[in-house]
Amino acid sequence: METFGHLAHGFSVAFTPVNLMWCLVGTTLGTAIGVLPGLGPALTIALLLPITYQVAPEASFILFAGIYYGAMYGGSTTSILLNTPGESATIVTALEGNRMARSGRGGAALATSAIGSFVAGTIGTMGVAFLAPIVVKFALSFGPAEYFSLMVLAFITVSAVLGSSSVRGLTSLFAGFVIGMIGVDLQTGQPRFTFGTSELLDGVDVIIVAVGLFAVGETLYMASRRYAGKDEIVPLKGSLYMTAAEWARSWRPWLRGALIGFPIGAMPAGGAEIPTFLSYAIEKKLSRHKEEFGTVGAIEGVAGPEAANNASAAGVLVPMLTLGLPTSATAAIMLSAFQSYGINPGPLLLTTQADLVWGLIASLFIANVILVILNLPLIGLWVRLLKIPAPQLYAGILVFATVGTYGISQSPIDLVILYLLGAAGFLMRRFDFPTAPVIIGMILGPLAETQFRRAMTISNGDWTVFYRHPLSLTLLTLAFIGLVGPHIWAYVERRRLRGPEHVPGDA
Amino acid sequence: MSTSNQQATPSRLAVPELSIGIGLLACAAAVAWQTLAIPVSPLYSKVGPTVFPYITMTGMVILSLLLIVAALRGGWQPEEEKETPTDWKAMGFVVVGLLANLLLIQPLGFTAASVIMFVLICYGFGSKRPLRDALLGLILALAAYFGFARALGVNIGAGFVENQLNTIINSIISMLRA
Repeated sequence: METFGHLAHGFSVAFTPVNLMWCLVGTTLGTAIGVLPGLGPALTIALLLPITYQVAPEASFILFAGIYYGAMYGGSTTSILLNTPGESATIVTALEGNRMARSGRGGAALATSAIGSFVAGTIGTMGVAFLAPIVVKFALSFGPAEYFSLMVLAFITVSAVLGSSSVRGLTSLFAGFVIGMIGVDLQTGQPRFTFGTSELLDGVDVIIVAVGLFAVGETLYMASRRYAGKDEIVPLKGSLYMTAAEWARSWRPWLRGALIGFPIGAMPAGGAEIPTFLSYAIEKKLSRHKEEFGTVGAIEGVAGPEAANNASAAGVLVPMLTLGLPTSATAAIMLSAFQSYGINPGPLLLTTQADLVWGLIASLFIANVILVILNLPLIGLWVRLLKIPAPQLYAGILVFATVGTYGISQSPIDLVILYLLGAAGFLMRRFDFPTAPVIIGMILGPLAETQFRRAMTISNGDWTVFYRHPLSLTLLTLAFIGLVGPHIWAYVERRRLRGPEHVPGDA
Repeated sequence: MSTSNQQATPSRLAVPELSIGIGLLACAAAVAWQTLAIPVSPLYSKVGPTVFPYITMTGMVILSLLLIVAALRGGWQPEEEKETPTDWKAMGFVVVGLLANLLLIQPLGFTAASVIMFVLICYGFGSKRPLRDALLGLILALAAYFGFARALGVNIGAGFVENQLNTIINSIISMLRA
């Protein structure tokens, strides 16, 4: 029940005119960058990180959270009207949503996704408010060994379990580790991986890595693929008001999607792909209009995954705020914003920074209300944004990328690193390496190292500490299963499938 | 005959993927070289600053070997990516635009360098109206300079264009005061 008291306090923080203004700016900007292909919340928040030197922590986190939620709403508009998912989380929305738009029901698809996002976002934010204090009680008993093992589990799930290949996911993660280790080692003061240069002593800024991979890499990739053909914008037809039948078909998928999305997002695994695909599969199975799936577009296939996507985005905030464990690129960059304020997210955050945390959670409720207003009556504005031609859009992105990186220290070296990372980002896109693990590895890697060394110092150099503690052992076992399990499973499946095929051919 | 499914994906050496694997192995070697260069005080010999770098290096070696094996078995690049021919000309203009920005940002300042980069990238992406693009780039760069950078308190230095504008703005302000 104390949660209600905290929330009431949070609303008193969020309802100040200044913080409401930041919430409005964040949600508007978030929707815009969600709509625009090529720009995402991780890149935008990275570019805005310098604002942490200017305003109070409450203000900048309300801004960032507004961008984070807004991008989820805006991304679905692009998926439905353009069939180019801006975010991996909205791939599934494009499946049915674009078909609905093509068959003249784009209005209903946009409405169900915006209202579903609102319903699921509100349920998810409630989940954050009630689950976070419980996780904190549990996390207070964690020692450095448990933290390290938990981070190992998160590393495995974000890089090896999600995504198309565990080897390539882990490669991205390890590249992130190397980038994260560049600079002075905080415990001993030794420079590492600086190649003898003084420019690298401070390490590589997360802004440069995020902008290099997401802006420069993406622009090079889009330029290289001009022969790939373009997606047409489907003109918006149909009323934005859903009919009674459409409401009846939507509300159950919204609730189911929220119930699938939030727990998966809140686990130290994160990721929006699994809950959206899961929700899609369930809705397809339960729907009474199966014939609409894959043909004219089924509204359940938009409502469920959109809800799951937004609820899991809310869920990601639970491990971030209570354990300091980011499980998406955006969350990792928000974690570095905490670091820039000298705040350590962890179990103590909810008590030491009560204004910040509860103000942030309250502002998420307000953001959801603003977003549903921004995305339904004002949808025409965002559709117009989709018409910005690609040449000027990508050239403009790179102008802002220059401001963001060159502004850090006016050093051309930063631009050189930016462009090298951009080239790497291009190759990663081209050869199907995920980019989010790089950001997570670079932010979370040094934290994992700190916990590892702390645990080893406490145990006096005894490695067994990681498997003598039962909780730590459990987490490491889960990580091991996550790493090896899918391969064993695939091997067994292959054997099973191949077996009967071989017999008649050999005979 | 039963293996017709497997013949659909012939196991041939994939050169681009192989070079990525070898490149990663070279990165692991660079990590090893830089780790050896970290001076370790005997005080921290238990878990010093080199333990994590060595773990990372080991991981990278294993991963690069797995990537090389995958490359020898035919690679992993998605078919859709392989079939799309690379537009080298468009990419070339983007790269030239980035390099121009890198080389000109100090001598000419942010705005002028950005306009040149903007025009080159637009041309690379197929825009055929460089003059209009230059104007758009100028507006955007000035908006970025005076709005974004000032709002964030980021100092991106001033070049020719910025200095001229600052003088004009200052003179207007002093005229208004007078």
